[in-house]
Amino acid sequence: MANQEVDHSKRRFLIAATAVAGGAATVAVAAPFVMSMLPSERAKAAGAPVEVDIGKIEPGSMITVEWRGKPVWIVNRNQEMLDQLGKIDDKLSDPKLEVPQQPVYTKNATRSIKPNLMVVVGICTHLGCSPSSKLKQGEDGMGSDWPGGFFCPCHGSKFDLAGRVFKGSPAPINLEVPPHHYLSDARLLIGEDAKGA
Amino acid sequence: MKKLLFMFGLLLSLTVQANEDVHLDKAPINPSNLPSLQRGAKVFVNYCLNCHSATSMRYNRLKDIGLTDEQIKANLLFAGEKVGETMQVGMKPRDAKAWFGAPPPDLSVIARSRTPDWLYTYLRGFYRDETRPTGWNNVAFANVGMPHALWELQGEQHLQVQETKDIEGNAVVSHHLVLAKPGKMAPAEYDAMVADLVNYLTFMAEPAKSKRLQLGIIVLLALAFFFMIAFALKKEFWKDVH
Amino acid sequence: MNKYLTCALNWVDERFPLTANWKAHLSEYYAPKNFNFWYYFGSLAMLVLVLQIVTGIFLTMHYKPDAALAFASVEYIMRDVSWGWLIRYMHSTGASMFFVVVYLHMFRGLLYGSYRNPRELIWLFGVAIFLCLMGEAFFGYLLPWGQMSYWGAQVIVNLFATIPFVGPDVAEWLRGDYLVSDATLNRFFAFHVIALPLVLLGLVAAHIIALHEVGSNNPDGIEIKKNKDPVTGIPLDGIPFHPYYTVKDIVGVAVFLIVFSAIVFFAPEMGGYFLEANNFVPADPLKTPAHIAPVWYFTPYYSILRAVPPLFNSQFPGVVAMGLSVMIFAALPWLDKSPVKSIRYRGAQYKGWLAAFVVSFLILGYLGTEPSNVWGQFGANVPLLGGADRATVVARMLTVVYFLFFALMPWYTKRDKTKPVPERVTG
Repeated sequence: MANQEVDHSKRRFLIAATAVAGGAATVAVAAPFVMSMLPSERAKAAGAPVEVDIGKIEPGSMITVEWRGKPVWIVNRNQEMLDQLGKIDDKLSDPKLEVPQQPVYTKNATRSIKPNLMVVVGICTHLGCSPSSKLKQGEDGMGSDWPGGFFCPCHGSKFDLAGRVFKGSPAPINLEVPPHHYLSDARLLIGEDAKGA
Repeated sequence: MKKLLFMFGLLLSLTVQANEDVHLDKAPINPSNLPSLQRGAKVFVNYCLNCHSATSMRYNRLKDIGLTDEQIKANLLFAGEKVGETMQVGMKPRDAKAWFGAPPPDLSVIARSRTPDWLYTYLRGFYRDETRPTGWNNVAFANVGMPHALWELQGEQHLQVQETKDIEGNAVVSHHLVLAKPGKMAPAEYDAMVADLVNYLTFMAEPAKSKRLQLGIIVLLALAFFFMIAFALKKEFWKDVH
Repeated sequence: MNKYLTCALNWVDERFPLTANWKAHLSEYYAPKNFNFWYYFGSLAMLVLVLQIVTGIFLTMHYKPDAALAFASVEYIMRDVSWGWLIRYMHSTGASMFFVVVYLHMFRGLLYGSYRNPRELIWLFGVAIFLCLMGEAFFGYLLPWGQMSYWGAQVIVNLFATIPFVGPDVAEWLRGDYLVSDATLNRFFAFHVIALPLVLLGLVAAHIIALHEVGSNNPDGIEIKKNKDPVTGIPLDGIPFHPYYTVKDIVGVAVFLIVFSAIVFFAPEMGGYFLEANNFVPADPLKTPAHIAPVWYFTPYYSILRAVPPLFNSQFPGVVAMGLSVMIFAALPWLDKSPVKSIRYRGAQYKGWLAAFVVSFLILGYLGTEPSNVWGQFGANVPLLGGADRATVVARMLTVVYFLFFALMPWYTKRDKTKPVPERVTG
């Protein structure tokens, strides 16, 4: 067969060139396939930020809205409730909010943007149940020293009115505060940080 | 068994033909004319979306034709929908069936099943016909169930049947639409608005089309480059054989 | 570096015949050195098979096999899924390109007698692959749940209803309902995405194993194994598949991909031949489209079905003729009695018959896409044919030609004046 000198370096070069071009082409083709598995426009629309009217929440009561298929609690804390928050630090696992379970703009004493309004994702950080609200002090079955908060029926985790977890609960960390900001006094947008924040 | 025979009649029918051939006007549309697409979207939302849905189309896809979320919200959403939602319609299919004989079809891909030229002819082809329940008929779609939704704009057309004789003396029947009562728009203005609408309907039938065409050129150039390398490689190795 | 690679390879080889397989099927598989243009389509068919499987897997992630959701889920893929439109167009274009490639691959077999002894089994596996592919295409075409999907499936399933005595029950069993419905869609989905692909992969493996057992044919139809180097035992006209045919096939792949991408990006509907306009209307069991035609790759057989007149009030003969027109390919190895394999050394008779067959196939294919009155009717004064559809009469004559190509083959191939075959391959 080989009746003439084979130019090995030329062959090596051409093999490398074809392999690189073919490899690049394969990656370019693979990319759309990988990206097709990302959330679709339908999923994005369903997971879009939720706008909530907060003007009608009576002090001392709460509403629940759905965001990305999860319950988000909005509690309008009255002065009494707010006063309790500072008094129970010794009973909490993470009163100083060291675990990043909240956006930086809510890493404060009330764990909120507006002092009275609490916004947290109502999913227990233990195994994902949704705790029930026990907002009143000393509410039935919670003991007389209960400062008001939330109780998870699955494994008994307890959270205060800023979503902070009590010591001794199976849940390891505080409830999550979702990204949110106020569009106006009465309109809250859940799911998005304020522009420029 | 009867159904079977019917199917076979169908399968082997020697005479079934598509709708009798209608002369279609060429739709003067341009998919890269964004202002035209935006005007078309507005007409679509204002006039078509009352009865027809476009359940595959999301409002925020209108960003592809140069609108922002805020513009979509301000100009095209009336009932508190969100921009991520699809174009639904309030009318219940059952009511629609009672009113029009058949529920108005979803228009998401109508330009792909009907072609832009047909839509352009159809939307300009309504005429008064008192024998029809809606009082309207259409040159592109005989005995159509849909009334003329744009009649206030176009006005009222009548179908004029003319019988003339050609050179050899055979009778030739020709149909003309004549504007009997003018509408709010001049005929040229109306045609331009329909062209915008058809332009939009064509965009909506395949929103990814412009991206597809752009990407195609890059892909073909890349493959041509790959071909050249592969061909050089083949030639080098086949020196051994020849 | 090299030492470690060798070491790793040895480790594998002691447990799995990797190197042995590499040699047997690539680096020491000797293929005739005179392959021409027609020999690209085998490897291209493999490429399209892989493309269809990969795109199909990703479509399955978003598609819903439910009569109420199927149509919308396809549009969902076209719009809401990132790059879904590309994957869908690749799959729909791939389906048609699969048939283009396979038809050219089969035609190569006819040209060079690739089905002849000792390659009869390769050919039979190939015919089975072709049947399987037709099944894949048919089942898959229902899934978009458009009007053409629906009525196409309705018509084809009803073909089974013409089988004497048991027909209607068979059709009902296939549909799982009294009409094509959700149940039908659901089972067609199962056949399309898992049952037939498994069979197809098995058959493709058998096709290749059989090929590598006896070795490839070539445009001269000469057995290269008859002339071996006395020292090495390597066929004198053979060259190792790798690297020579791997580098050559890469060029073929590049050209194919250019054509494929041109269709995917610039003409995915291919003027209505790959994606039909009526299939953008959701399936409606109460309204048949004015003109139904199968997708182009089925139209020659569909023409044959329409061409055969009903006998004793039954369409069954037409259905049998259609089935036979596909199955008859399997008989080729035993119908061809010529002393030579390749068209290069055959006489005028075979060439004439092959040309007539190809022309018949193409015209039948065209007629199958059109209604039977496409060419109008014969005038009333034409004897015998007065008033008959011209296209139907032509389709009948071409159907006869189609079958005569096979039926008369034992005679005309034996009587044909062949040319002497050289000892060694040419070109």
